[in-house]
Amino acid sequence: MVGVCVVTGYGINAEEELCEAFRRAGGWVREQHLHDLLENPALLAGYRILAIPGGFSFGDHLGSGKVSAFLLRRNLLVQLLAFVADGGLVIGICNGFQVLVKSGLLPDLQNRQLPEVSLVHNDNGIFQDRWVTIRANPENRSPWLRGIGAIDVPVRHGEGRFVTANNRIRTVLHKMNLTAFRYEGANPNGSEDDIAGITDRTGRILGMMPHPEAFLASTNHPHWNRSAVDAEAAGAVFRNGVEFVAASGFE
Amino acid sequence: MRVEIAYKAHLPDGRAAKLLGRLRSHCNAEIPDLSIIDVYLINEDSCSPSLLADLFLDPVAQEMSIDSPLLGTIRTLWNFAVEVIHRPGVADPVGATARNALSTSLADAAASRDVDKGFDVRSAVMYAVHLPKADEAVRRRIAAALYNPLIQEARIIGQSEWRAGARFAGWYPALVSESSDSVELYDLAGMSDRDLSVLSRSRLLALSLDEMNAVRRYFADLGVVRDREGAGLTGAATDVELEMIAQTWSEHCKHKIFNARISYRDESTPGNPTQIIESLFSTYIRATTDALRPSRPFLKSVFHDNSGVISFDDDHLICFKVETHNSPSALDPYGGAITGIVGVNRDILGTGKCAKPLWNTDVLCFGFPGTPDESLPAGLLPPRQVMEGVHRGIVDGGNQSGIPVVGGAFLFDESFTGKPLVFCGTGGILPAWIGEEEGWMKQIEPGDFAVMVGGRIGKDGIHGATFSSQVLDEASPTSAVQIGDPITQRKMTDLLLEARDLRLFRGITDNGAGGLSSSLGEMAETCGGVHVDLDACPTKYAGLAAWEIWVSESQERMSLAVSPDTLDPLLDLARSRDVEATVIGQFTKSGFVDIDFHGKPVCRLALEFLHSGLPQMELSAVWPRIESRPSTRELTRSDQTAYPADASTLKRLVLSLLSDPNIASKETLVRQYDHEVKGHSVVKPFCGESSDGPTDGAVITPLYDSKRGITVTHGICPRYGDYDTYAMALCAVDEAYRSHVILGGDPDHAAALDNFCWPDPVLSAETPDGEFKLAQLVRACRGLQEACIAYGLPLVSGKDSMKNDARIGGRKISVRPTLLVSLFGVIVDARKAITPDFKRPGSFLYLAGATRAELGGSALERAVSRSAVDGPVEPAFSTVPTVRLEEARSLYRAVALAIDEQLLLSAHDLSDGGLAVAAAEAAIGGALGADIDLTAVEPDGPLVRLFSETPSRFLIEVAEQNAVRFEKIMAACVLFNIGRVIDEPRLTFAVPDRLVFPIEELSRAWKQPIEDAEGAAQW
Repeated sequence: MVGVCVVTGYGINAEEELCEAFRRAGGWVREQHLHDLLENPALLAGYRILAIPGGFSFGDHLGSGKVSAFLLRRNLLVQLLAFVADGGLVIGICNGFQVLVKSGLLPDLQNRQLPEVSLVHNDNGIFQDRWVTIRANPENRSPWLRGIGAIDVPVRHGEGRFVTANNRIRTVLHKMNLTAFRYEGANPNGSEDDIAGITDRTGRILGMMPHPEAFLASTNHPHWNRSAVDAEAAGAVFRNGVEFVAASGFE
Repeated sequence: MRVEIAYKAHLPDGRAAKLLGRLRSHCNAEIPDLSIIDVYLINEDSCSPSLLADLFLDPVAQEMSIDSPLLGTIRTLWNFAVEVIHRPGVADPVGATARNALSTSLADAAASRDVDKGFDVRSAVMYAVHLPKADEAVRRRIAAALYNPLIQEARIIGQSEWRAGARFAGWYPALVSESSDSVELYDLAGMSDRDLSVLSRSRLLALSLDEMNAVRRYFADLGVVRDREGAGLTGAATDVELEMIAQTWSEHCKHKIFNARISYRDESTPGNPTQIIESLFSTYIRATTDALRPSRPFLKSVFHDNSGVISFDDDHLICFKVETHNSPSALDPYGGAITGIVGVNRDILGTGKCAKPLWNTDVLCFGFPGTPDESLPAGLLPPRQVMEGVHRGIVDGGNQSGIPVVGGAFLFDESFTGKPLVFCGTGGILPAWIGEEEGWMKQIEPGDFAVMVGGRIGKDGIHGATFSSQVLDEASPTSAVQIGDPITQRKMTDLLLEARDLRLFRGITDNGAGGLSSSLGEMAETCGGVHVDLDACPTKYAGLAAWEIWVSESQERMSLAVSPDTLDPLLDLARSRDVEATVIGQFTKSGFVDIDFHGKPVCRLALEFLHSGLPQMELSAVWPRIESRPSTRELTRSDQTAYPADASTLKRLVLSLLSDPNIASKETLVRQYDHEVKGHSVVKPFCGESSDGPTDGAVITPLYDSKRGITVTHGICPRYGDYDTYAMALCAVDEAYRSHVILGGDPDHAAALDNFCWPDPVLSAETPDGEFKLAQLVRACRGLQEACIAYGLPLVSGKDSMKNDARIGGRKISVRPTLLVSLFGVIVDARKAITPDFKRPGSFLYLAGATRAELGGSALERAVSRSAVDGPVEPAFSTVPTVRLEEARSLYRAVALAIDEQLLLSAHDLSDGGLAVAAAEAAIGGALGADIDLTAVEPDGPLVRLFSETPSRFLIEVAEQNAVRFEKIMAACVLFNIGRVIDEPRLTFAVPDRLVFPIEELSRAWKQPIEDAEGAAQW
């Protein structure tokens, strides 16, 4: 079984549906309180996938994901880098994406874990919950993205506007095909180049603002009683992760 | 140290953009620009810059300065700056997060700081405003829009002062005034009646003379005196005891008016019979549920717990509670609302053995946001500011808690200008069985430890329970305001659910109004007593008096009863989850609440007296003949001539109703609520092709492996109460129930909550029409009862708020008597849920249910009375909508059957604005038009056909091939086939004049107001 560690605690609040999404993908899923993980980083070694859910860790009090990133850098960074180097996968959704970006793990172009991109307040300044269509970048070879085209998913954030530190990083990001998802149609937050998610250079770390774990059943989709919807579409992200680890023999 | 953080100059700051929009409209000033700078103040100098950068700075998007201002260096384009910081003693969750992160960063021992030795961080926000020609008045207006003086302080520095060297401080000392730690004694025996009244007023006890006399009698009882002396007390009451009695007996906690003995005289009925009602609660509310109990086996726990509990399926129970937080929201809209949400969340945690919050739902009632400031009495916050703050509080409170706000409503009425009504509701789920015991049951044994979990006790929220039982005026205590912190509560919630599943506690209750006094007082009743040591209670700072510790309403706290053999594991788990848990006493079977402070007894009150010693109020109610009924509005109208109803007037009315704030889209506001975290949502607040059409309520499926769902709906129609609150109550129940039915809910598996928000209904010099308002309350209770019995809808929980009057600047503004009926029920298969958006061109449209000429209190009536068109009004306007219960019941049964057979494509309940509004909303949602012919609909008259608000009606869409079967099922009901859905963007009504609307025009009318309200706040 592929062990999936879903982080909880301190205001993370989308852990239940993320656990369910990985369970349906065939993962052996455990919730792990952030406190326990920080105090005992060795716990990470018991898993092959680390998933950081959405929510408001530490209330977003010092900026979204900031405090979690601060604690993660101080207590878990070494273990996390080893985890990925060993073939482990990491996914951060919404607040989890913000944590990965602000701790310097995404996109980490220079392999120095320095923040190179950020997720800032939406251009209209307000939190919004609405469904959007995102399209996976076919050139990105990340295991998380295999076979994924366009999927419908909700965005639910106030700080999701993707920005790069400078044009050089922006260019490299595109040249290396590290964008994972882009908004199709309306861009809900003013993100640069409509970017909704990115991966690191290995493709093993994926961060995205929209919530594929919120599309668990056809009835979650706003059009479920208007037209046929593909209830399996968003789950592909999680199946990809579990299948990749299973196929790599590192269970 | 002073740390400043701002977005880099090249990055537009979304927060600042939003704030600018609000300021430009609120302050009526063309402000070119504004920057927001986050400020952190640290009361020591040893934090390294790299540590501070790591914690506070996002280097990609922000810049930081330490002990040197960003203003004047990096930010140059500004004319004055306003720095806002929380007042001492007011919770500062952001500062606390920073302090904890700095003090507990585990890998950096050098960074570890000792909070107990006074290490502290405070947060502030600085607004640098670019407004070259601002005079002092404009600056003051802008500053006033940036902070609330009740809870915050602001400092302003202008360019010229800055040049002269003025700077914001590196630290603001947070001194909290210390209370004396001595306990005051009151020898009641020696006091005159007058002294007693003065004491009640001066201590904010809010007890009547009758009640004070009951207290005096208790303390004069020889047996009591002897017992007290044996325990080391005297015959004099301590301040702790008086405060506990006042809290326990407050209107807020004891519902004195609902339990009063009422003599009700109905002068409108021949013979003027007078009826004695022993208690509104027993007679109309509990009796309703008792009568329905045999046919409603799903009822589990009604009225006595923190929320009402019913069965969901064999393995799960669901519970629901709706509270109001009106008075605090009037003073501090943001803090009041956020505290309302996290407070009612705790009611769910405190239900049975601890339920898990599953949904929030909020009904918010404000004065009209466009109310000009000049028309408001001084001292009252403008409605748009109240609305903005309350809405932001609901957004933050709900989103940060991770509990979806699945639905609710916004209501606007001039009578809500004095006090807004902020109804916060939360539903939850809990296992049917926890170990060998049913999940809804509570158990507390003598010898169990009393454990307080969560936040610490401070001076915030003292007297909330007694304050909310009084009229709001200039002297309202600011200490009554608390600010909830969703994150502290979220941490506590995770701990409690984990501890519940490990069975580490037996009993649980929340600390809301009345604090420990209320929670432990209630829990003590279950086992027969409690003994508390106030010195053990963790406080935020020194200097709290004993009584303050006991009644403080500081947030995010729960009280547990913990068996001695699970105490250590519970405390260990709490430590590992960063949540404070402290033993503060022990449950007993002594029959008393005993409290010690500094090693001496300061309270010994018999539970029997506390909970049963309150004298019953005696009140009188009079329902006058119609011509002598006082009313907020002129009701007797000439009714001979029809309102001029040519096609162009009718068209104008349709569009103006769509723009009525009560009807218009609230999408921009509602989208700011996370309504689908947890992944349960099936029917969301919006539906349709572009997800912009409204829905009639929410459906969620709480279990990932089951299609069984929960419906959540509301009914509220205060304007009907101008005519008769009996009809208003019938309609409120009907609206909640018909929404449940039309969503696809099981008509036999639903329960309701009643929430009464009334103006003071007790006759007094200040309330000369008290007898009438009380009669309105009696009539509302009757309507509630009759409708609930007819629909088989048991009441399982409720709340009343009886003093919704504001007396400010010599004016009294009282709310319209308001009853909110909130319903939760089961939908057996959520895949059969129905939404209002038109689905398929060519399908038939039906109007189900009889239409009557009922426009009294309607949206049309308001539109007409507001509009410049004066003159006579048609007869319908003096008839208030009312429910024919038997007819409605059979309609609902038939519709439920048709939904179960999946014959419906769409359906919308008819409410405010009648058929015209319902059809427009369905067309907007579906992005499809319709040809609707109303000429066959009885009774005649275009106004009635389009706008009548007769309840118990639906607009239903049925595919042509299902029409025969549908009509057969509906054979016993009034049903009109009124047209078809068409594949063109056009809605037509034939009445018989043809009114043709491009959908774009309807959509614009319906959406424009909210877009304006966000941009320009011109509603």
